[in-house]
Amino acid sequence: MSVNPQSKHDAVVDELYAEAGHWKINTGEEKIHAKRIPGKWRIWKWLASLVWLPFFLVPYLRWDDRQAILFDIPNRQFHLLGVTILPQDFWMLSLLLLFFAILLAVVTALAGRVWCGFFCFQTVWTDIFTWFEEKLEGSPQKRKKLDQGPLTFTKVRVKATKHLIWIVISALTGISFVAWFMDAYQLWADLVSFNLGITAVVTILLFIGGTYGLAGYLREQTCFWLCPYARIQGVMVDNTTAVPTYDFHRGEPRGRVKKGSSEAQRTTGDCVDCNQCVAVCPTGVDIRHGQQEGCITCALCIDACDAVMEKLDRPKGLIRYESLDVLNGKEERPLLKRPRVWVYSLVLLLSVIGIGYGMATLDAIEIKVIHSRQPLYVLQSDGSIQNKYTIKVLNKLTEDLQVTISAPDIEGLVLVGAEDPVTARKGMVTPRTLFVRIPRDKLKVESQPLVFYAETTDSSGKRLSSKRESVFIGPK
Amino acid sequence: MADNNPFPGENNTGHIWDDNLRELDNPAPRWWMIAFWASILWVIGYAILYPMIPGLSGYTKGIMGWTQMGEYKEGLDEVQMVRAEFETKLQGMTAKEILADEGLSSYTVASAKVLFGDNCAACHGSNGQGGPGYPVLADDNWIYGGAVETIEQSITNGRMGIMPAQANLLTDEELDKLAAAVMSGNPAAEPLFMEKACFACHGPDGKGMQALGSANLTDAIWRFNEADQLASVKQTIKHGVNDTSDPLTREAVMPKFGDRLSKDEIKKLAVYVYKFGGGQ
Ligand code: SF4
Ligand code: SF4
Repeated sequence: MSVNPQSKHDAVVDELYAEAGHWKINTGEEKIHAKRIPGKWRIWKWLASLVWLPFFLVPYLRWDDRQAILFDIPNRQFHLLGVTILPQDFWMLSLLLLFFAILLAVVTALAGRVWCGFFCFQTVWTDIFTWFEEKLEGSPQKRKKLDQGPLTFTKVRVKATKHLIWIVISALTGISFVAWFMDAYQLWADLVSFNLGITAVVTILLFIGGTYGLAGYLREQTCFWLCPYARIQGVMVDNTTAVPTYDFHRGEPRGRVKKGSSEAQRTTGDCVDCNQCVAVCPTGVDIRHGQQEGCITCALCIDACDAVMEKLDRPKGLIRYESLDVLNGKEERPLLKRPRVWVYSLVLLLSVIGIGYGMATLDAIEIKVIHSRQPLYVLQSDGSIQNKYTIKVLNKLTEDLQVTISAPDIEGLVLVGAEDPVTARKGMVTPRTLFVRIPRDKLKVESQPLVFYAETTDSSGKRLSSKRESVFIGPK
Repeated sequence: MADNNPFPGENNTGHIWDDNLRELDNPAPRWWMIAFWASILWVIGYAILYPMIPGLSGYTKGIMGWTQMGEYKEGLDEVQMVRAEFETKLQGMTAKEILADEGLSSYTVASAKVLFGDNCAACHGSNGQGGPGYPVLADDNWIYGGAVETIEQSITNGRMGIMPAQANLLTDEELDKLAAAVMSGNPAAEPLFMEKACFACHGPDGKGMQALGSANLTDAIWRFNEADQLASVKQTIKHGVNDTSDPLTREAVMPKFGDRLSKDEIKKLAVYVYKFGGGQ
């Protein structure tokens, strides 16, 4: 007999329990060193982490002769490719924030803390930090030993390398953040010539401290005690939410596999109590106690358990994405029958439409019309009624413009003060006071709409215009 | 409680919520104590540097000599510095020159708002809309002329309208006729307008004379604008304006500001007023 199935089984069992005693459930007093194992969800996790790559790279993209995306705080402008957004258009930002808030809500309601488990910077950066830790210091057991062991030259070297790498990552994080707010190439030039402004330096230092401390030391404790989103998302999860769940119907009573025993005689459930799910958990949670606030739903325990089940030839999915309802034998409620899905989707749709509308109607010039309230109107000696307006011309371009203001062709209407064009200064609001006179007998109603037009051409000869409705008020 | 404490040996008080949120009874952490003592030191340092401890007859002044008033004045000086640039420019310019410069006239309008509010708004309304018995400044009707220099003069020297009371010179019938003629907008068509010498002040065409400050009787604007306009016109004809011999006379006095305000202030006000309705 070349391969004895029984002895192979025994070897698997040996390996399985070799480390079971090491895994602790996290109560905060001991540092969690999670085991890394390959698996499907591990791959998803890496892919999800990639969303942070643009954070580091996008600031270096150029558009025309400036940074493609730049939050220019000193000049109060936001450049997005060819578009410049001024504070006046920032209502779109609130829609964007609304969009992401609701996206978080809908994803959490359907699949638990996907944000926490896969996308959150806390999770991603910790993951990167521990990846280096593992590369340098070895497996969790070795790390623990190293931590407790005496101070040797190797220990100092390994630790110093690790901290250096951590600090480099932290510094890159801080610099990349600042690069969204000032010219990225200039930033590096200033940095290497020690010419960086104090705000940028302080921001980068704060980021270094924050990243290093949070991803290097606090790690899962951040999610346990510091982060408000943990609890906020916690309350969004309900019985219909599919989260990594231990199927206790199948798993219990758990029992260790005994060497030499055969599958057929087994009286225990499918859980072999190997503690692998605890071993891989970055927050040190035992998922077999049910969904709990420490669980960031990273699904790594699914990988761990599936690997064990595979080795023991038991069906996979003892731990799997499942809702409590389904686990308890209830039928899964279809997505379209859940009111939350509808409400959330509606809000998502509205905010997308709002942003789309805002971006589509972004004009290079924009006018606001302020009707003078006191007095609302003035009687003129020729019997006409005069209203006073302040026109504010916003010029979003980087050149001064000569803007002509006009009013519609109402019979007898006279526009005073718009004879010369307004010199609209670049990136600024320029006011102009105007008077409109309409003969009293031409006024049919006490208050009638009046549209003002602004027109100009930029240096390339492109025609730009904007209009704004106001009112003309007369006596009763 | 104590015997089934799920977290034994960690010094908790036995108060546990949500499975694992628990109240611990640990000494305050070192960093916290350091911060605590540091903040006490901070308070002591603050007390030495800044005014702080009240006493019976005052308070400790602190060695930095800082006062709230001082800081306020510094802030004020800063504002003055910004203004100074404009103000020196304005000094050498006439009101007309200021009006020709869009930037300077908007500065003037912004900075004269308070002046107008303090000195003029009580009668003329906060935006020149006028008040009962007081002329509107926002329209294009200027009794004494609407050029910015004339407005400057009106503010500096004040104005006092004169119209003699006609009560004793007109019969009721004549009064009715004249009033009706004035209401019609073409008083010159009424022979009494000549006969009674109204034209002497209001002009042969009834359009008034700015040099005298006599009202234009042909336009749409009434100097004494009342709900019953006919009665108002009659009242004015009968009792006149500022006629001391008639106790029922109308009062129309613009006080003189030349001795209350500086030349520059008056210049600014003239620009401000001119900008209400575009002047004349
Ligand atoms: S709990 Fe907070 S910090 Fe932790 S993964 Fe979730 S969002 Fe990130
Ligand atoms: S219990 Fe599982 S899903 Fe939850 S955090 Fe731990 S490994 Fe991730």
